[in-house]
Amino acid sequence: MSQDISSDVLVIGAGPAGIAAATIAAEQGLKVIVLDDNRQPGGQIWRNLSTAHHPSTSKRHPKQQALDRLYRSGAQLLTRRVVFNASASGFAEALHETATDSNVETFRFQQLILATGARERFLPFPGWTLPGVFGVGGLQALTRAGYPVAGKHIAVTGTGPLLLAVAAHLVAAGATVTTVAEQAPMLKLAPFAASLWRQPAKLVQGARYRTKLRSATYRTGCWVVKAIASPDSHTLSAIHMTDGTRTWTEPCDLLACGYYLVPNTELAQLLGCALRGSFVQTDAHQRTSILGIFCVGEPTGIAGLEAAIMQGKIAGLACAGKSTPKLLRRVMKQQVFAKNLEYAFALRQELRSLPKQDTIVCRCEDVTFAAMQAYHGWTDAKLQTRCGMGPCQGRVCGPAAEFLLGWKPPISMRQPLYPVPLRALSSPLASTSKVAINKIEGIESTKERI
Amino acid sequence: MPETLALKINGQLVEVPSGTSVAAALLIASQPFRLSVIGEPRAALCGMGICFECRAVVNGRAHRRTCQLFCEAGMTVETNL
Amino acid sequence: MKSFDILVVGAGIVGSAVARECALLGWQVGVVSGGTLAGSATAAGMGHVVVMDDSPAQLALTAYSQSLWHQLAAHLPKSAEYEGCGTIWVAADDEDMVQVPAKHALYARFGIETNILSAAQLAHAEPNLRRGLIGGLLVPADGIVYPPAVASYFLAEATRLGAEIFPARAVSAAHGEVRLNTGAVLAADRIVLAVGADCKLLPALPIQRRKGHLAITDRYPGFVRHQLVELGYLKSAHTLTEDSVAFNIQPRQTGQLLIGSSRQYGSTGPEIEPEMLRRMLDRAIEYMPSLDNLSSLRTWTGFRAATPDKLPCIGSASGLSDDATLWLATGFEGLGITNAPGAARLLVAAMTAQTPAIDVTPYLPARMKAQVSMPYA
Ligand SMILES: Cc1cc2nc3c(=O)[nH]c(=O)nc-3n(C[C@H](O)[C@H](O)[C@H](O)COP(=O)(O)OP(=O)(O)OC[C@H]3O[C@@H](n4cnc5c(N)ncnc54)[C@H](O)[C@@H]3O)c2cc1C
Ligand SMILES: Cc1cc2nc3c(=O)[nH]c(=O)nc-3n(C[C@H](O)[C@H](O)[C@H](O)COP(=O)(O)OP(=O)(O)OC[C@H]3O[C@@H](n4cnc5c(N)ncnc54)[C@H](O)[C@@H]3O)c2cc1C
Ligand code: FES
Repeated sequence: MSQDISSDVLVIGAGPAGIAAATIAAEQGLKVIVLDDNRQPGGQIWRNLSTAHHPSTSKRHPKQQALDRLYRSGAQLLTRRVVFNASASGFAEALHETATDSNVETFRFQQLILATGARERFLPFPGWTLPGVFGVGGLQALTRAGYPVAGKHIAVTGTGPLLLAVAAHLVAAGATVTTVAEQAPMLKLAPFAASLWRQPAKLVQGARYRTKLRSATYRTGCWVVKAIASPDSHTLSAIHMTDGTRTWTEPCDLLACGYYLVPNTELAQLLGCALRGSFVQTDAHQRTSILGIFCVGEPTGIAGLEAAIMQGKIAGLACAGKSTPKLLRRVMKQQVFAKNLEYAFALRQELRSLPKQDTIVCRCEDVTFAAMQAYHGWTDAKLQTRCGMGPCQGRVCGPAAEFLLGWKPPISMRQPLYPVPLRALSSPLASTSKVAINKIEGIESTKERI
Repeated sequence: MPETLALKINGQLVEVPSGTSVAAALLIASQPFRLSVIGEPRAALCGMGICFECRAVVNGRAHRRTCQLFCEAGMTVETNL
Repeated sequence: MKSFDILVVGAGIVGSAVARECALLGWQVGVVSGGTLAGSATAAGMGHVVVMDDSPAQLALTAYSQSLWHQLAAHLPKSAEYEGCGTIWVAADDEDMVQVPAKHALYARFGIETNILSAAQLAHAEPNLRRGLIGGLLVPADGIVYPPAVASYFLAEATRLGAEIFPARAVSAAHGEVRLNTGAVLAADRIVLAVGADCKLLPALPIQRRKGHLAITDRYPGFVRHQLVELGYLKSAHTLTEDSVAFNIQPRQTGQLLIGSSRQYGSTGPEIEPEMLRRMLDRAIEYMPSLDNLSSLRTWTGFRAATPDKLPCIGSASGLSDDATLWLATGFEGLGITNAPGAARLLVAAMTAQTPAIDVTPYLPARMKAQVSMPYA
């Protein structure tokens, strides 16, 4: 660690929460740096969203508004940086990836805001490893990154508000969405609809999706039990669906299947922040259990866009020693919404029997459900079957095993949090390719593309 | 900036609009991304850098997440098939 | 009270090997396993089955054990990942190279075949090593295994032969009685402590925990073909006081590369120490520069159970305890995977008053008596 980049506030994650936090903190006169693994800021909901193509409204897209304000604030945005190590003593290490190279950069901070968002939860079922089966947010992200889905027949299944949003997105991209299948029963979704009434903005969002999707069947209380490969190739051709009593086959080119969200708490855990259940524990000012470290957005609870932004603002202000009673009250309301979501989209027990004995649960190491079931918990299963030991480091099979087998993920977190070139863990001197860190490139170039 | 760019996927020239991720380019070229440990073909799953199913050899470096990399003219991508 | 011919406390690779060996005799065996391998050296170690010549006694034990591994190999399950890939001791300079013919001659005396490699032969055998290394010594009969799977195989074999496993911790073990943290009490004619670096049951054991770091990469089949260890390793492993690192890399059957090794005293927590990890990887990259771009997946640490003379304790606990029922199989430092089969055989031979295959005097726990009060340098 020879040359470091210092800031008053380091924000990890440039989703809505991180952008809000960085903006506000910088507006308070603090020196702020924001890092994100992605090439562009925006996190999941605003991922690769082109904001230029909406001339119909005079108002700029919220993403554009947020980014404009971020740039005006003076905060430095550094993208394509994945943080793989951090310490509460005041530094974080990121791998900066480009097509040809990757460098390690060390960031020193006085205060740290974790805004690492959430990822999709995947549940294994026979055939889920076939090419052509994607996550729901996964397929959306890939289409936004240039995968053309026009003309494709797509089934969108799983659970969560993302299903409708993504189905609408796919239709807009020219795909035929054959089915939207939500595993939650109507019974549970109804009270959720009621809570939408208290959240008018969200209601509008939901309604807009529904009208776009007229051609698709929207089913509740049903789910995919199997993905079928075409006989001559290794790609998807159809799916088996069930409503618990009846099973039927639907042909499709692609399947988008995801089971709501899992918070990205790994970095917080590495830093020693306490969890509350599966989420990072914070107080009303978004302070974690570790002094000087804040956490905002999805890692603190899956409460949606508005909550993420408000939490970001609260933390940004708190870094400058300011409090905001109004925001604090508003964020409380959002937490009610989060609870409702959690209830509405709770996974049904039948999903536990989705994987068959020979269904692969750990895709990195190809470990089957039967192989894992032979053990009592993560540690032993890991040691004996290698499940969770691949490059995703259990990010996919961990939450699945938690649901299927009740295994709590092991708590010990170690660097690297993401796979990194070995030299990222060695000394700068040992490798000639580690660049001097003060010569940061990319600060300007990240702006030009947005 | 050019509208499209060309890269080599498994030795074949593929043209994609600029701003296309390498993962999307592999999907466009209908190429499975990798053979799994037991030899099954796999393709991108999460699209957001989490699952590592989209790994391929990019510009000679193995195990790179193609969903987090964007196509550049002259880039070479190889899958382990 | 349930009673056995023998109770083995600890089911790392050593305890498991002992349990299997005893079960093969037809004994009633009970194994107090601690419940999980988490935290054990067996779960953390490298799995290099290697003949080592630190001392004549070490050479005798590792050579004997290696011959047992060769017999075992055919029976091991696939999950054990046994590979007879051989070791290459890498010489970086003349000082290293001087050791090569000496080592070659010494190994030959123990019936171990080795081949001296010239610089060109070394480069041919391992193209990813840096240029300018001056030679090496290939030990073709060395191998690698995946230790947790081997331990689990030994335990399964023992169970198949009638052994009973108690997934609990022993809170006391003396005078033919083992008390479990579940409240249960078990009885046996003999108790074997195969507790690794955990000396709570017999604080008189002069064992120190010697921390090691490891890092593993993603799959790069063919990148490394043998287990490679720098000859300087011997120098670094010998020091009893200083923290040291050495180039030590292992090609897993999966194509992954397991990179070691570091040795530290006085560091008791399992956390990764970035400085130590750096030094270790710097050393690896120095020997193999193209490692630097390989994707590393995980790092971890483990503890070796080190005795003052670096030899294990195998045999009756007499001298450390006046309890005639107590036996020991511990203190294997960095060679417990290699030596587990040999240790199990020697221990059983001692218990059944048979002539052991090699002289066991250097490993008898009683030798520790004189050293117990000796402070570490
Ligand atoms: C796949 C997906 C799709 C979604 N789509 C929608 C939608 O269409 N509509 C909707 O209302 N809500 C959607 N959501 C929910 C949405 O994420 C939240 O409503 C809200 O936007 C969360 O904001 P955030 O800032 O907390 O997290 P995110 O938006 O998830 O941002 C977190 C950011 O942190 C970065 N990051 C994480 N770890 C690291 C690290 N170690 N190093 C560097 N960077 C890191 C990530 O790359 C990401 O950009 C989606 C969620 C997911 C997971
Ligand atoms: C980094 C590193 C690299 C290594 N590389 C190699 C190598 O390449 N080759 C090699 O040969 N060796 C190597 N070793 C050494 C080898 O791993 C150990 O010597 C070996 O695993 C020791 O096995 P064990 O069964 O004696 O102890 P352990 O594996 O530690 O097992 C002891 C078991 O006893 C249990 N236990 C302890 N007390 C109790 C109790 N009271 N009640 C119930 N259970 C109890 C513990 O829970 C544990 O499971 C390495 C070690 C390390 C740390
Ligand atoms: S598709 Fe999951 S990491 Fe790229």
